[in-house]
Amino acid sequence: MKLTKEEQQMFNGEMGEAAQQSMEILVALGKIYGAEKMVEISSAQISGVSYKTIGQAGLEYLDDLARKGARVKIPTFLNPAGMDVEQWEEMRIPKDFAKKQLEVLDAYGKMGIMKTCTCTPYFIGIRPKKGEHVAWAESSAVAFCNSVLGARTNREGGPSALAGAICGVTPEYGLHKDENRVAKLLVTVKCELKTVADFGALGSYVGKMAKTNYPAFEGIKSNKEEHLKVLGASMAATGSVPLFFIKGVTPEWNIADDAQRIEITEKELKATRAEIDSKLKPNLVTIGCPHASLDEIGQIAEMVSKKKPTCEFWVCTARKTKEDAIKKGYEKPILAAGGRIVADTCMVVCPLEQMGYQITGTNSGKAAAYLPNLCKQRVAFGDAEDILYR
Amino acid sequence: MKIKARSIARGKASGEVLMSKDPIGFLGGVDPATGLVMEKGHPLEGKSIVGKVLVFPNGKGSTVGSYVMLQLAKNKKAPAAIINVSAEPIIVVGAIISKIPMVDRTGQDIFEILKDGMKVEVDGDSGQITIF
Repeated sequence: MKLTKEEQQMFNGEMGEAAQQSMEILVALGKIYGAEKMVEISSAQISGVSYKTIGQAGLEYLDDLARKGARVKIPTFLNPAGMDVEQWEEMRIPKDFAKKQLEVLDAYGKMGIMKTCTCTPYFIGIRPKKGEHVAWAESSAVAFCNSVLGARTNREGGPSALAGAICGVTPEYGLHKDENRVAKLLVTVKCELKTVADFGALGSYVGKMAKTNYPAFEGIKSNKEEHLKVLGASMAATGSVPLFFIKGVTPEWNIADDAQRIEITEKELKATRAEIDSKLKPNLVTIGCPHASLDEIGQIAEMVSKKKPTCEFWVCTARKTKEDAIKKGYEKPILAAGGRIVADTCMVVCPLEQMGYQITGTNSGKAAAYLPNLCKQRVAFGDAEDILYR
Repeated sequence: MKIKARSIARGKASGEVLMSKDPIGFLGGVDPATGLVMEKGHPLEGKSIVGKVLVFPNGKGSTVGSYVMLQLAKNKKAPAAIINVSAEPIIVVGAIISKIPMVDRTGQDIFEILKDGMKVEVDGDSGQITIF
């Protein structure tokens, strides 16, 4: 790999141990993936934040790095953590878990990272422009960033995104290069997609078909970001899709001549919904996978103020979006209806299984894919107006 | 005898070869306190990787495996060096943060050339394996 003078200095250790280790990681990854040089990035999103996923081993790694004087060079923020840092006690998060989680966040804070824990940074003003290079790690944010914003990121791991943040660069390979941003699966949607759960089910189905190929959709009319985030998140969970195109909606549309073609009709959509949904009445309904927008919180507030849900519910979101929602008066009706707006975390990365829940409701294909294994939950899948009132 | 490989993680170390034709997942697969392989049914189950030149195709499983490798190093139970057939990010990151010299792409069938217990040196800077 060709390194600039500054990159070479980092590699040689002239800029400290943390930068040296980080540059060594970037160079090694560049080698594996055939990058010829580094590319400058404007922001980084770090995964590996919940203590539930990284455990003691991950915490020790972060502590070590912070102690070595690691500091990020570019705006850097975090994936959701394992709990809401303000209301963890009321939410029955075990005390020892909370202690460790706060230590993880402190270690990131020491490196100059914003303790903004969200999978929808694009709802709180972090929106890289078309063609801009970044290093993001959370799979649904990666899909949204590449597809809807037209910015460029590979699906980073926690350590590689952190190394990128410390050095301000990432190896130029994969989705950073034009020639790789090509769809190999053409999906013609022949049914009407009305609700968030429809997009979740479509994403779950197509993600399984696409695996690592990038899909391009014809026949989707919605350009609502709340729909596109769920579509991308679900495909990233059941497959590992970091980029998709929608004709007339996304800023890019590149499709291979020999792309495989599939059609989606009402039949596949219904079958997928039926397959994911246990049809049980949930103990807890969670909206906001990926994290809810201000509009989504407003819609839930309106819905539950008209009719009280039959179970406990959370609306998961970024802390800044929660603050905006409180200003808009959305929190009161949600609290009055037995719900809460949960910030910093989500149903998948918090220890739900240790909090007494067995059946969790969601309108997201992503949450539906992860809840059974990561949280030992049975899944009630459907739109908010269905699962909140079963 | 010397074998040319590709350098991945810097540093030089030697030890006895321990080979696994199956990939290794460090999270849940290796005990960070003892360095013993604990994955049920794994060809190395029950064996110690401490101080060994660990030869395996690539990593597998959780990305947290990288951090488990660091725990092994802090507990002085890490392998001395790593030779992979084809490096992937979990082992690469783990080796670098744990300062374990590592190479891959030996260009010949490494499982034919090396034998368990052989004494070898891995040079992660030049990408060379030396059999003593």
